[in-house]
Amino acid sequence: MDIPHAVFVDPFAQMIAAPDLLAQTIWEGFVGGALYSLIALGFVLIYKASGVFNFAQGIMMVFAALTLVGLHEKGVPAFVALALTVGVMYALAVGIERFVLRPLVNQPDIILLMATFGVTYVLIGFGELSFGGDPKSMITQELYLPSGSINLDVLGGRVQLQKLDIVAAAIAILMVAGLALFFQKTRIGRALRAVADDHQAALSVGISLNQIWVIVWFTAGVVALATGIFWGARSDVSFALQVVALKALPVLILGGLTSVPGAIVGGLIIGVGEKLGEFYWGPLIGGGIESWLAYLIALAFLLFRPQGLFGERIIERI
Amino acid sequence: MKTAMMLKGATAALALSLALPVSSALAEDSIYVPLFTYRTGPFAGSGTPIADGMHDYLTMLNERDGGVGGVKLAVDECETGYDTKKGLECYDAVKPKHPVIVNPYSTGITLSLIPKAAVDKIPILSMAYGLSASARGDLFPWIFNPPTTYWDGLSEILKYVGGGSIDTLKGKTIGFLYLDAGYGREPIPLFQALSRDIGFDLKLYPVAPASMQNQSALWLDVRRDKPDFLVMWGWGAMVPTAVKEAVKTDFPMGKFVAIWWTNDTDAEAGAEGAKGFKMLSFHGSGTDYPAFAEIKKSVIDAGKSRTSADEFGQELYDRGVYNSVLIAEAIAAAQRITGKKVVTGEDVRRGLENLNVDEARLKELGLAGFAAPVKTTCADHNSHSATFVQQWDGAKWEKISDLVGPDTARVQPLLDEAAKAYAEKNAGWPARTEPCDNK
Amino acid sequence: MFYREAGQFKTTYAADMAIFPIRQDRYGLAVILFMAFVVIPALGNQFLLNTMMVPFLILSLGAMGLNILTGYTGLLSLGSGAFMGVGAYACYKLDTYFPQVNILVWIVAAGFVSAAVGVVFGLPSLRIKGFYLAVATLAAQFFLDWCFARIPWLVNDNISGAIEVPTRTLFGLPVTGPTATPATRYLVVLSIVAVMTWIASNIVRGRIGRMWMAVRDMDIAAELIGIRLLRAKLLAFAVSSFYIGVAGALMVFLWLGAAEAEAFNINQSFQLLFMIIIGGLGSIVGAFFGATVLHLLPIALRALPSTLGVSIEAARIEQLTFMITGILIIVFLIAEPHGLARLWATAKQKLRVWPFPY
Repeated sequence: MDIPHAVFVDPFAQMIAAPDLLAQTIWEGFVGGALYSLIALGFVLIYKASGVFNFAQGIMMVFAALTLVGLHEKGVPAFVALALTVGVMYALAVGIERFVLRPLVNQPDIILLMATFGVTYVLIGFGELSFGGDPKSMITQELYLPSGSINLDVLGGRVQLQKLDIVAAAIAILMVAGLALFFQKTRIGRALRAVADDHQAALSVGISLNQIWVIVWFTAGVVALATGIFWGARSDVSFALQVVALKALPVLILGGLTSVPGAIVGGLIIGVGEKLGEFYWGPLIGGGIESWLAYLIALAFLLFRPQGLFGERIIERI
Repeated sequence: MKTAMMLKGATAALALSLALPVSSALAEDSIYVPLFTYRTGPFAGSGTPIADGMHDYLTMLNERDGGVGGVKLAVDECETGYDTKKGLECYDAVKPKHPVIVNPYSTGITLSLIPKAAVDKIPILSMAYGLSASARGDLFPWIFNPPTTYWDGLSEILKYVGGGSIDTLKGKTIGFLYLDAGYGREPIPLFQALSRDIGFDLKLYPVAPASMQNQSALWLDVRRDKPDFLVMWGWGAMVPTAVKEAVKTDFPMGKFVAIWWTNDTDAEAGAEGAKGFKMLSFHGSGTDYPAFAEIKKSVIDAGKSRTSADEFGQELYDRGVYNSVLIAEAIAAAQRITGKKVVTGEDVRRGLENLNVDEARLKELGLAGFAAPVKTTCADHNSHSATFVQQWDGAKWEKISDLVGPDTARVQPLLDEAAKAYAEKNAGWPARTEPCDNK
Repeated sequence: MFYREAGQFKTTYAADMAIFPIRQDRYGLAVILFMAFVVIPALGNQFLLNTMMVPFLILSLGAMGLNILTGYTGLLSLGSGAFMGVGAYACYKLDTYFPQVNILVWIVAAGFVSAAVGVVFGLPSLRIKGFYLAVATLAAQFFLDWCFARIPWLVNDNISGAIEVPTRTLFGLPVTGPTATPATRYLVVLSIVAVMTWIASNIVRGRIGRMWMAVRDMDIAAELIGIRLLRAKLLAFAVSSFYIGVAGALMVFLWLGAAEAEAFNINQSFQLLFMIIIGGLGSIVGAFFGATVLHLLPIALRALPSTLGVSIEAARIEQLTFMITGILIIVFLIAEPHGLARLWATAKQKLRVWPFPY
């Protein structure tokens, strides 16, 4: 009597009793989901174009944010620092292509995945060496990102929308839309998809693998920079941020590893689902279930639709 | 193929060179003080100023006085990253060099080292952290945690928010935001006991170390529960994120009180909105003391330190200095008691049991008014000194309360019980055999 | 020249199928065992035993377990840290309830508990594979992490949420707790690891190992020739979690002496995974190579500056160690994607015909 009531009735009663909290929770979930989808976008980009699961995406995000803030600390004006950071991400893309991807052409995927583990370690060490381990504040003011919040007195209470979150969500959706169009409509997008399918076949029709890889890792680097700016603005820029990237994995599973719109849809579902679950059902089992709830949601999806909502069907041949 | 063979050869050579003896020749007449620090990892924001403070004060003693009692201190840092495994590795690495004292700077590492201290004869100084029950010198002869324990600190915070007495908190709701690790969970038994005895509602908000920077769900809970006061036991990246979230969700900063492990940079993270954020402390802040001027002259300006200009004088930098003051005083006391110049770990243990850093001594050290007096005995390894509350005014900490002692009547019986429970749980906990030097 | 096999002929099938058919290999193994059991404890100092050898052996055991799952069966698992934790906490609880039984019995029993938990979390592998299975094991990792932190019963309701290891003896000598000498602990760990390595290498060379490798190479084809995937995959999870669980119990009882939930987090899983990547997937000896590179090498790197007389700050050493490890991972993958074990096998192959090229 007690347990079914607590699980199935009480949370909904709470939701109805305090609708402003419900709206706030959904908004927080929405924002969290949009930010997760930004991270997932980086993964999707690289996977779609080179078939590599880039484990280093999280650390690239931290590294990009650190470079931006670190350069600014040394006295470089904000937008110049931004441009320089974009340049650094380009150099990183060239470096990874030259030293990691080129020697490992056509190796099985798991080898490339492991190579990205190596890149992660190198970036952690190098990032700490260059910029120090202390957490730094993101330079939101200098980048003209708004701060403060919009308070809506609706639903019998108060719903707070942080202006920064609104901008973050908007940029996430814009990036997703832009990249989806890029992959579908442009020539380079087609070339990227060809490379993802089969490296050797792409080579044989004259697509320059090296150029494509540089482009794709550079784009992923820029996405990582945007992600880093917004995550860093919410909480400080430090290496503790890197574990957030692991949260993107359930998003990828839900949305499909190769789908750009899937990243945002998956992100929103996971974000909202996770926050609602944590807020209303979490206290029943002691709280803190946010750390694994997303995976549970993703697993449930996996059992019914292994390729995710928008992913390509996995066809196995003997 | 050739590269592969070369690689294999290189790896083999590296593997063979692993039998490197790990010892470095220490000067015969010096006292070895290892510092367990963390300048990397998610807790580096808190660990770096402490490491700098500890290092700078001891170096200053070496420069100005030629060490303690004329014997130089050999100061060494070992990077633990706040990780228990690495902490144990550091401990094993420094043991052959005969350290006279160990400062683990992590409650987790301290808990692992407590059983080893007596066997290896190295005293552990877990200044204002670690196991609160180790204040009982009769049960923990090798563990010291002056000047105050977490349980004392909690009673002091509750006294402050209760307007002078804990009893007025009856019927209120108190939230506890804590790092879900040994450090954050340490005060919970006292908190729960007080909540039962006095009748306030305790709400727990644990922050997993992996999600320190993602606290939005917890602050939604805070908004739902609307606690009258929020107490925080935070560390590392958790603290600035918590301050930011508090500002974001319009939590009244005046009702937000943190334990003494909070730094200036943490409050700065909240920018304008963080004004009114409070923390408990047991020493002054800033650099307006002769000892600090000396540190600046002989260590920082002389290029012997990595402290930056804004770090000098931060709350946690001063904390590190205070820790080193206790280390130096313990060594001096050990030299006094044994008459030896180059003391060992056993001697420093006796020194730690006879600490008497009173106001006169603080003045001699150039730190008049820096902290409350500390006096340890064989039975009381803590001293239960008074603390005070300070408030962030946007640029620095401002003392807003008088020195307040712990609610001993409530805390001591629970402390004794916890110490007894620890000894019982670890069957075979040795009875104290070390003699007492107190007069 | 070294591996002159002339004159070594086999007269029974058993002799022909032995793991070390060449006499020189058997001598080499005897030398290694002699060094490990006799020379190192006699001559090694405390640091060598405590911080280098004992963790090296325990991590090799864990890596071996993970190799069985990921290397031999092809099921990528990111939850090995949590399974170490399951083994550790199981051992602790069993010891709390029955303190009079020898601790070694409980260490092995903890392996069985871990195997049971591993089977439960391995059930999704029947429907999902590859990267998706990795994410499912990640779910297991985070869920078990949460359990370790939130279930007070596991730590005997200890305030701090950490477990302290009581002193337990074997033949009258203390093997756990602060009074245990490094040599005693080293020998106990070495014996357990040696026996379990022997068992593992026999399993993977037999019918079961071949079954796993068939599943790894192409599971649909394996199913077609009659291998029951359910049994094969769950058995892989069970055996792998057994090894990892025993490694976890050893880690807490004979190495750290205490544990908190943080010790079994995702970083521990990654450490084991990197070990088998560098050491070589699908190879028992690869686990040892991987543990050498990922555990012993950073220690050597940290000790190197002081031995050479150059002073570098501890934090810098830490950061440089990270970078060097990362670069090493990439270099190894480029030079020999199949890891150090393949390099070793190639070297032995070359030695068989040395000084001739073929």
